[in-house]
Amino acid sequence: MIGLYVPGTSPVHRAPAGGKLAGLAVLLLALAAAPTPAALAIGAAVVLLAIALAGIGVRIVAAQVRPLLWVLVPVAALQTWLAGLGTAARVSAGLLLAVAAAAVVTLTTRTEDLLDAIVGVLRPLRHLGVEPDRVALVLALAVRTVPVLAGLGKEVRDARAARGAERSVRAFAVPFVIRSLRYADRLGEALAARGVDDA
Amino acid sequence: MVIEVRAVTHRFGQRIVLRDVDLVLAERRIGVVGANGSGKSTLARLLNGLVVPVQGSVLVDGLDTARHGAAVRRRVGFVFTDPDAQIVMPTVAEDVAFSLRRSGLDRATRAARVAAVLERFGLEEHADHPAHLLSGGQKQLLALAAVLVTEPAVLVCDEPTTLLDARNGRRVADLLRDLPQQVVLVTHHVEQLAAFDRVLVLEGGRVVADAPPESALSAYTALVTEASST
Repeated sequence: MIGLYVPGTSPVHRAPAGGKLAGLAVLLLALAAAPTPAALAIGAAVVLLAIALAGIGVRIVAAQVRPLLWVLVPVAALQTWLAGLGTAARVSAGLLLAVAAAAVVTLTTRTEDLLDAIVGVLRPLRHLGVEPDRVALVLALAVRTVPVLAGLGKEVRDARAARGAERSVRAFAVPFVIRSLRYADRLGEALAARGVDDA
Repeated sequence: MVIEVRAVTHRFGQRIVLRDVDLVLAERRIGVVGANGSGKSTLARLLNGLVVPVQGSVLVDGLDTARHGAAVRRRVGFVFTDPDAQIVMPTVAEDVAFSLRRSGLDRATRAARVAAVLERFGLEEHADHPAHLLSGGQKQLLALAAVLVTEPAVLVCDEPTTLLDARNGRRVADLLRDLPQQVVLVTHHVEQLAAFDRVLVLEGGRVVADAPPESALSAYTALVTEASST
């Protein structure tokens, strides 16, 4: 669900990161406040227009949205049971639109620009103890860590299969957690070596 | 630059990993070899303040690593064995740029320096590519580029070629050989140290040989032979 930057020179690419984040926030708030069919249709039109203008292709955005289906299907089933089919359809469509819109922003914005925008937004909160650089770094690390953990998961699954324990949850979970913690440890050391904690 | 290791002993818990190490490192090319667990990596981490000794002190350009860690790290860059753990940002150019975020340089200067270092390491075509899709060799080159873009005076490398194939290992070793910086290289690939000025051999947390490559590596070979025969 976290797309990596796709280089380009489209108007969407050139738009300031802060503006894109603000637009995304407005869209998400609108969808959350009034998930009516009309609002969903307008939201879908805006997202499709942005995809077309950015020239990144629906397929790339769809690839970012696909992992959401694991969450969406049970949520839709629960909503149908609790609130009916109409509500379930609106909530599901809203979630899909929100993730697609977020994907458009991350696919058309360099991480460094996103970080600068986030640091700018959070700067007034410094006097409340918020460290904008640190928050931005955490977000960047989250983006960076997704493919690393996916790779670790694949290696552990392969190792489990090689030892004939494909169905063992324990044979996956224990080495995966240990390797993830080791990775976190090494990453922390690398950040320290690059002066992240230095004033 | 002169790095002084003064009467350093270091332990992790009850396990002593370095004992009474005294060194003055001023040569341009210094190699460190030794068996696994001999204390090589801890010695390397002492040199840029990643590890602070429990006894003794380490001075870099006269600065104590225990009190001036930030200033020391600006002078001494560090390259790890596993580049995956060293790459912080999602794309290649962004990871190099990350090193300069706190440099105080303006955006245009930062971008120019990033472009220059990527070109130097043959990564310019991958600037906007996801870092995790690079090959192992390219990732290590990226890790090197991300450190060298800050122009440290000293580069400490902890087994930077261990995870690489022979071709990529050679490429990284050649790059290290030609750097203008002072280099401290921890490695198991002793052939990389043939043209170095000085080689330290560690065993059980002590420096058991400290000499030009030929005699230091002979001592290391004797140690390995002795360990194999017992």
